Amino acid sequence: MAQMTMIQAITDALRCELKNDDNVLVFGEDVGVNGGVFRATEGLQKEFGVDRVFDTPLAESGIGGLAVGLCLTGFRPVPEIQFFGFVYEVMDSISGQLARYRYRTGNTFNMPVTIRSPFGGGVHTPEMHSDSLEGLMAQQPGLKVVIPSTPYDAKGLLISSIRDNDPVVFLEHLKLYRSFREEVPEESYTIPLGKADVKREGTDLSIFAYGLMVHESLRAAEELAKEGYSVEVVDLRTISPLDIDTIVASVEKTNRAIVVQEAQKQAGIAANVVAEINERAILSLEAPVLRVAAPDTIYPFPQAENIWLPNYKDIIETAKKVLTF
Amino acid sequence: MGEKITKVFNPAETLNEIENKFEMFQILNEKGEVVNPEALPDLSDDELVELMTRMVYTRILDQRSISLNRQGRLGFYAPTAGQEASQLASHFALEKDDWILPGYRDVPQIVWHGLPLWKAFLFSRGHFVGNQIPEGVNVVPPQIIIGAQYVQTAGVALGLKKRGSKTVAITYTGDGGSSQGDFYEGINFAGAQKTPAIFIVQNNQYAISTPREVQTAAKTIAQKGIAAGIPSTLVDGMDALAVYVATKDARDRAVRGEGPSLIETMCYRYGPHTMSGDDPTRYRTSDIDNEWAAKDPIVRFRIFLEGKGLWNEQKETEVIERAKEEIKEAIKKADETPKQKVTDLISNMFEELPHNLKEQYEIYKAKESK
Repeated sequence: MAQMTMIQAITDALRCELKNDDNVLVFGEDVGVNGGVFRATEGLQKEFGVDRVFDTPLAESGIGGLAVGLCLTGFRPVPEIQFFGFVYEVMDSISGQLARYRYRTGNTFNMPVTIRSPFGGGVHTPEMHSDSLEGLMAQQPGLKVVIPSTPYDAKGLLISSIRDNDPVVFLEHLKLYRSFREEVPEESYTIPLGKADVKREGTDLSIFAYGLMVHESLRAAEELAKEGYSVEVVDLRTISPLDIDTIVASVEKTNRAIVVQEAQKQAGIAANVVAEINERAILSLEAPVLRVAAPDTIYPFPQAENIWLPNYKDIIETAKKVLTF
Repeated sequence: MGEKITKVFNPAETLNEIENKFEMFQILNEKGEVVNPEALPDLSDDELVELMTRMVYTRILDQRSISLNRQGRLGFYAPTAGQEASQLASHFALEKDDWILPGYRDVPQIVWHGLPLWKAFLFSRGHFVGNQIPEGVNVVPPQIIIGAQYVQTAGVALGLKKRGSKTVAITYTGDGGSSQGDFYEGINFAGAQKTPAIFIVQNNQYAISTPREVQTAAKTIAQKGIAAGIPSTLVDGMDALAVYVATKDARDRAVRGEGPSLIETMCYRYGPHTMSGDDPTRYRTSDIDNEWAAKDPIVRFRIFLEGKGLWNEQKETEVIERAKEEIKEAIKKADETPKQKVTDLISNMFEELPHNLKEQYEIYKAKESK
């Protein structure tokens, strides 16, 4: 075991898989000799060579096309999109192509691709760096969307994503890259995709969250505990497909729930979680399922992040509305 | 600008010089005469006959496909008549293990590369079995998103290079497609990574109703290769021998590790854009049609082969009869393919179904068993 930040855990997962499978290729803008703009691929080109870890021209769509073509010749690409706000450039390669290949060829070809990309607010990035666009990906049949919130989860989920024989979008929250360390096994291990994780057990209210909002939810749960409320925090970890069994079991236990996301209310995947609970556990509910989300504006100018991004205080406020409904 | 400055700084003249370098490469003229004997390819008599056979066969395939579409026995269909030299002579320069990433009009190339005809018909109708490519046939289904096949070809070519394979990836788009970002990104990636890719632009003069001049101010599309720093050629796309030579040359250079090429084939589609309601009389005059009818790739190749004593009316009739017979059998086989079920579509989504699809699979399975 070693103490690792999330970014170190990600690098470690990439190293494990580059070692484990000769078909794994890591590529993107500045991921080679530079080791990535966040050092996620630090040292990998030196260790595995320029044939395995390489830079590309600055063109996201081309990177997506490269991934498709490399799959057709039997490789297992792990491309990086430098910031997920740039996904619009590569929407066709991801949603129009990668996600559909197995289906459109009737299972003849498959696309074992893992697209890594950072996102998320709180670090005053320039425009189009921090937008939460996971909702767009979650709406595309054929994709899985994974968002880890801890170093341990990041490593196990990334290894699972790379080994998955269908495309996975793996989104890494910028604020979580180096915000804390955690014990992470040095050997290879996997965490199943599509499985949520109960980060804190509770009996009065379920909070479903992902990404940075898991930590805000844990902080809110701590505060609410001081007021005598027992709050369960469920980290979704995979936002598409959802872990329905864990979500429903939690709601059936606590009878009250909120869904917390950093994305705007009209975006993200909170509405989907609410709908699933309504369809499957309405008879368990003592109150409506409310959402914590950002305002439906464009992502804020950096100086306005602190008044715009949802935080533990918003979570406490919404939790109390549901607890006292 | 003063005359003195114009001598040292004259971008307009630079453009003019570059554009004038792209002369059209031709071997057979419209009358079937060899105008460029030094460039004649090293093809045996049998190979020449085979190429002609494929062109005639494909012209019949086009005629039959249009009529089957009108009878409602085919679905989506993009006519190919006029482009036989461009499509089939370029394909003729490939080897079996080369990869083809076709556009939606490039069904003939993948059929001649090994996709059974009945599957091509199922593609037209909209059935997943049509896209189940047989093992060892290195093609993907026709690409509907114009330009996407270009970036993917850069990827396949990189894969081939990494595998140390002596094969190439070839892809096709139209003149309109050369305006896409993916067109440029594809040729530029392949150039930067020096990979064995052949990019063909079949300039059939129109993107649906939009003439080539509306796409770009560039005098040729071939010259767009310069932007990627890759060799490019403008070819008479109605001349089978010229198309073959240009593609063969690009392939030879690619497998020698010299990187990708761009080839513009100047051609024409005699029919509409697709059979989905396009009416070319709205945007094309009969003058233009007649001008290109005189350039028919089959007519000039026929004259050339007849002059060598390699082709005659009887041979052509045999090919036509065989084509008609095989098309009939293929349509029959397509008819016999079981109908698609929702459970089939679900099963083809992932290797292992996620929760939501497992649930939906059971729901549809129950419906289908009623």
